[in-house]
Amino acid sequence: MAKVTIKVNGKTHTKSVEDRTLLVNFLRDELGLTGTHVGCDTSQCGCCTVHVNGKALKSCTMLAAQANGASVVTIEGMAKGKKLHPIQQAFSECHGLQCGFCTPGMIMATAGLLKDKPNPTDEEIYKGLEGNLCRCTGYINIVKAVKKSAKMLRK
Amino acid sequence: MYSLSYVKPKSLNDAIRLLSANPEAKLLAGGMTLLPTLKQRLARPSHLIDIAGLPELRKVESKGGKLVLGAGVKHVEVAKSPVVKKAIAALAGLASEIGDPQVRNQGTLGGSVANNDPAADYPAAVLGLGATVVTTKRSIAADDYFQGLFTTALEEGEIILRIEFPLPKRAAYSKFPHPASGYAMSGVFIAQTAAGVRVAVTGAGNGVFRWKEAEAALSKSFKPAALEGLKLDASGFSSDIHADRDYRANLVRVMAKRALAKLSGRK
Repeated sequence: MAKVTIKVNGKTHTKSVEDRTLLVNFLRDELGLTGTHVGCDTSQCGCCTVHVNGKALKSCTMLAAQANGASVVTIEGMAKGKKLHPIQQAFSECHGLQCGFCTPGMIMATAGLLKDKPNPTDEEIYKGLEGNLCRCTGYINIVKAVKKSAKMLRK
Repeated sequence: MYSLSYVKPKSLNDAIRLLSANPEAKLLAGGMTLLPTLKQRLARPSHLIDIAGLPELRKVESKGGKLVLGAGVKHVEVAKSPVVKKAIAALAGLASEIGDPQVRNQGTLGGSVANNDPAADYPAAVLGLGATVVTTKRSIAADDYFQGLFTTALEEGEIILRIEFPLPKRAAYSKFPHPASGYAMSGVFIAQTAAGVRVAVTGAGNGVFRWKEAEAALSKSFKPAALEGLKLDASGFSSDIHADRDYRANLVRVMAKRALAKLSGRK
């Protein structure tokens, strides 16, 4: 068993888990943070994207033990109380989702992209969200939502 | 994933000791290939020895005509590094096109080179630039290091420390990514080096290889026209649902021309 201490959304948790426990299972099963989704479980779809020490990663392709001592932010850590994060707000306003399954990952990937490129072009958005799949929207409104969030965040 | 023990050594010596004490252990760096492999139960290591972050593997330095990159340096770091961009811009560009942002934030140079996936990007740069793979035991020239499908010169218990890239006069990489996976269906790295022109091809065959006919032709005339009608032995090329052998062979020619075109746009 591995004893891991991980700060998640600002709160430190120490748990004893099997060494093979994936970070996404740690978040969902140990901490009950089920906003991070498991889509493909093969590191293709990006639904499980979270930030580890400020970097967007696929939490289905990382062991909880590897994140020992790290600071993790999940979709649950984005809103401030009842106030949505600007990226969440923009996805809602632009209808950047249909079924919503990929949305937590899309939002976390967008947050990662906008750190690097606060005013991305369409091309940069396509490239920045390459690791995330949406099977509903056709991506048009997702791109709109990213642009709107970028604008809101630059203000 | 089968049950296993995760260990995080504090130093390189600690890692070497753990590796020699546990013959069924595997090294874990970014885990971008290893973890999916374990999840499919295609491997069953007793231990994962997490060497990501070991300070001995984190070097990024350009000096004495060489760019030295530690095995633990992540793709995103290579892509964004001003040192790499200044020394070998084509290498930074190659790193910026590996996988997707989440993969680049985690995957490492050493992991990619140790795994030697036949469609990975880094092997093309390492072979194309005539780099040297420095391990805990020795220095291995790229020409001796890559030995076909997921096979390298690495021995049991050997750890890649860093890769030393001699600075080329100029170099460029062009790849045709698989639209879903991002892996190269064909990727060609062309470098004009002190030791002559080198052309390394990934994604097409059983592993990265040098296209010697193209090297000879480009040594005479460093222009896309020099590639016209050149022999390219495609007998060992992959032929699958994504592309047949002839299509891959054609892609190699096209990627080589695109790499050259990138070079002609640069001084």
